[in-house]
Amino acid sequence: MTTEPTAMEQATALVRTQSAGRNWRDRFWQIVILAILIMAAAVSLFPLYWLFVTAITPASSTVKLPPELIPANPTLENITNLIALSGTGGLRVLGLEDVRMSRMLLWFINTLLLALVSTGIHVIFDTMAGYAFAKRKFPGSNLFFWMILAALMIPAQVTLVPLFLMITQFKLVNTFAGVMLPGLADVIGIFLLKQYIQTMPGELEEAARMDGASEWKTFTSVIVPLAAPAMAVTAIFAFQRYWNSFLWPLVVLQNPDLFTLQVGLSYLYNSEFGTNYGLLMSGAALASIPMIIFFFAFQRYFMQGLRVGAVKG
Amino acid sequence: MARITRFWHRHKWSYFFIAPSMLLFFLFIGYPVLRAVVLAFQRVTLRSSEWVGLKNFVDVFSSQLFRDAMLHTFIYAFFVVAAWILSSLAIAALLQPFNNKVQSLFRGAFYLPYVTSIIVISLVWIYIFQPDYGFLNWLLGLFGIPRVLWLQDPDLALWSLILSTILIVPGTGVVLYSASIGSIPRELYEAAEVEGANAVQKWWGITVPLLKPTTLYLMVIYTIAGFQVFERVYIMTGGGPINRTTTIVQLIYMTAFSDFNFGRASAQALVLFAIIAAFSFIQFRFLSTDVEY
Repeated sequence: MTTEPTAMEQATALVRTQSAGRNWRDRFWQIVILAILIMAAAVSLFPLYWLFVTAITPASSTVKLPPELIPANPTLENITNLIALSGTGGLRVLGLEDVRMSRMLLWFINTLLLALVSTGIHVIFDTMAGYAFAKRKFPGSNLFFWMILAALMIPAQVTLVPLFLMITQFKLVNTFAGVMLPGLADVIGIFLLKQYIQTMPGELEEAARMDGASEWKTFTSVIVPLAAPAMAVTAIFAFQRYWNSFLWPLVVLQNPDLFTLQVGLSYLYNSEFGTNYGLLMSGAALASIPMIIFFFAFQRYFMQGLRVGAVKG
Repeated sequence: MARITRFWHRHKWSYFFIAPSMLLFFLFIGYPVLRAVVLAFQRVTLRSSEWVGLKNFVDVFSSQLFRDAMLHTFIYAFFVVAAWILSSLAIAALLQPFNNKVQSLFRGAFYLPYVTSIIVISLVWIYIFQPDYGFLNWLLGLFGIPRVLWLQDPDLALWSLILSTILIVPGTGVVLYSASIGSIPRELYEAAEVEGANAVQKWWGITVPLLKPTTLYLMVIYTIAGFQVFERVYIMTGGGPINRTTTIVQLIYMTAFSDFNFGRASAQALVLFAIIAAFSFIQFRFLSTDVEY
């Protein structure tokens, strides 16, 4: 004997069919959304993809239609041509004018040195100042910190001409010091480290002082290890900024032996190689590969840094 | 004397810790800013300088080229800020239903183009925009659209620069919006559902208002970046054809380092500063909220 389904069973069945329909709809929309996201990402990433494809496409194929979206004959001839044809110069950055090599390699070394040295100095000074503003009470601390905050609002173009005149007066045009020094006066790192160190408990610092450690020793053995994550974020953004900086090196450097990669690329583009896209793109690839590796190695810190930066807004 | 000794003894370490940064700050930011203000009222060459009163500012405002540069910069900034805010918000919202792994994969993908320099990306765009064998004209050719002179046509060049900027979804915006959307409490949506709100109502009633602080922050930084556009102009068009893509910073660069008119360049830079400050102020006035969650 068949019995009428109970109200409970009816309800359960109804919910089941409804949720099955819902699952289908959800599934469908999820696929549509995923397709949109993939499209947007593909468009955003296309220039980078095209950069690397062109870099390994023979120069003759870069001026033919249809474009080779997947390189038919991948080659390294562009990069070897670039190294051979970009001219040779002396390693003047280190004062070794007799050490001669391809300019492309010189630019790479110059950029790496500039970014590494600047980032190192930057992080040490920023951590010291960030610590003082966060944990120490001294006359003038508010005034100094207020001035630093005000400086964040001033666009770099305002100081461009005065800095150029200063560098000219100090006879630092066309020197490594001339490129590096003004860039060291960036205040965002001080702000970031101050915010971070403020949240650290003060007990360890007190304990170190009780043990008779000097102020400097307290700083290096207590503050620095605890502030390391914020120092890493500061270092990563500083390195990226120095590696990619363009306007200031462009203004200060006139001797191609001293160029950075970005200035060198713009110089190549304005030279006889300006329409040799394979050559140009291989140079551009060389300039971006270190940053891309850097990004994948420290992606977590990049994302953290963006959020820390936003907190101040 | 004893007080000075005591003061020094108590605070010397504090001043020691801030000394390197403050020295760099005064030397390379503080002093140059004051110098820029002075320079703006002078005629300056590498060797000499003389006071000329407001002449530089009069020259700046009466110059047709400066007015054009302002117009180009405003157009560029307006479209780039609007497109960047909308696209990053849309992408962040679409990312929400997916799990953490998928989300962070996409966040990384959208941020990746921004770790390379604008010079590098602009060089690729020059090749993409190339009229005869560039990718874009080939692609449009497949649909029967004839050859377009992206960067050479005076009426089009500025729009090509804008296109090259907005086609790359801004990674910062995606990361920040998706973090903010993720931190909105679920109870708010559940409460709205209980009261019968649909998806559209939840979006406009809850999500958008609660994202206001992030929107404000992104609008301010994107507007500043838009007004300061330089590298892509410098390398892709050099301000041409016939000055139709000259922006304010490109003009400052040319005035200072091609005309060597340092006084006028400083005046232009101060005007740019004033514009940026005014826009930031307006955005804070109209968008700041005391919404907290």
